[in-house]
Amino acid sequence: MNVLVLATEILRKDLRIEARSREGVNTLLFFSALLVFLFRFALGPTEAQVRQGAPGLLWFAFILTGLWGMARAFQIERENDCLEALRLVPGDLGGVYLGKVVGGCCVMVATEIAIVVMFGLFFHLDLWPAGGRLVPVLILGTVGFVAIGTLFAAITAHLKAREVLLPLLLLPLVIPVLLPASRLTELVLAGESLGAEPHWLRLLLVFDLVFLVLGYLTFPFVMED
Amino acid sequence: MDRLGVTLGLGAGALVVAGLWMGLVQAPPDAVQGEVQRIMYLHVPSILTAYLAFTVVLVCSIGYLVRGTRGWDRLAHASAEVGVVFTAITLFTGAIWGKPTWGVWWTWDARLTGTAVLFLVYLGYLMLRSVVEDQDRAGRFAAVVGILGFFDMIFTHMAVEWFRTLHQPSSLQRGTIDTALRLPLYVNLLAFVVLYAYFLTRRLRLAALDEAIEARDLGG
Repeated sequence: MNVLVLATEILRKDLRIEARSREGVNTLLFFSALLVFLFRFALGPTEAQVRQGAPGLLWFAFILTGLWGMARAFQIERENDCLEALRLVPGDLGGVYLGKVVGGCCVMVATEIAIVVMFGLFFHLDLWPAGGRLVPVLILGTVGFVAIGTLFAAITAHLKAREVLLPLLLLPLVIPVLLPASRLTELVLAGESLGAEPHWLRLLLVFDLVFLVLGYLTFPFVMED
Repeated sequence: MDRLGVTLGLGAGALVVAGLWMGLVQAPPDAVQGEVQRIMYLHVPSILTAYLAFTVVLVCSIGYLVRGTRGWDRLAHASAEVGVVFTAITLFTGAIWGKPTWGVWWTWDARLTGTAVLFLVYLGYLMLRSVVEDQDRAGRFAAVVGILGFFDMIFTHMAVEWFRTLHQPSSLQRGTIDTALRLPLYVNLLAFVVLYAYFLTRRLRLAALDEAIEARDLGG
């Protein structure tokens, strides 16, 4: 089977499961709302403080929800031995990887937008003017995160200590993506354009690409039994 | 192999003594930092050796994924372990150097943070190995981390070039270091590399013995 066809099939399957159960979206939305409230308790009602910490806090929330989303993408495959079936898929297993990455990005970006909206609403931040530039930053940051996250979710899906190991392995490795993404978020929220600090954007693009290519190439080895 | 190990061990011992004597006694103190700067003779060679170790992990990880032979995996595992030790030495000597020069043991500078992250990446590598029981599977999973970790290492190293940091940029790369200080540094670097090779042979021997015992237990 063609890689792209396979990727689309996996994506459609995952989206269909989600559309029917709505388990992921509901949990993620509830969890996001909870996080926004926790930020309020941590920072107090002063808006200046929230404004200053917004880029870091937002990415912190994205990471927490993202970790859960990544783990879930492979937990649904554990039921009824679906992992075995995935392993037997005809054609390049890289296609399964790409499908999972695109699916993961969709769920994560949707959650991120929900978090940003709630954040703006509850902390009276006017995020609309920055919105158009913020979304590309969110997407670029998420692609790198999900590219490695999917790989490690597949690795840790086999292990007993997966809840602990996934963040432990994933977080140090995605620093080269998280750092430029949160810096660009800071720039965009301050009203600057994306090109204001081009080296951050370049860094983010390079590591997105590196992580995607490495993930695509190594995924079949992870799935081998 | 054991003759190689003994030779490397003796060589490393002699070179470390020579390097320490050159760095701590013979070399003149730094014009600006004074005697404190002498810790450079441990700090710089240890991180460069760690870089070497993690590069070996990358090569062996690719080798293992492509060929699938145990030798590649054993070498990658051994090299990662020794690399973690050298990274720890770098972080410790850096803290000791930081206290008198910057006034703090630790600061959230890009280079420091990056090196700490590198340490965590390879600690994760070792931890992953220890929780996966099946050796073949552990090797494949670890190889993936070993390959990705290398790119994080490049990021860490370039961080000082890209960001304005408290940590000084590499003196060796910029060529701003005097010959009187450069020579002892090179001798120490050589000493650390030989020491790394020695540790590697010990670790490989241990791994071979481990696997032999396991095979015997299974057989009996």
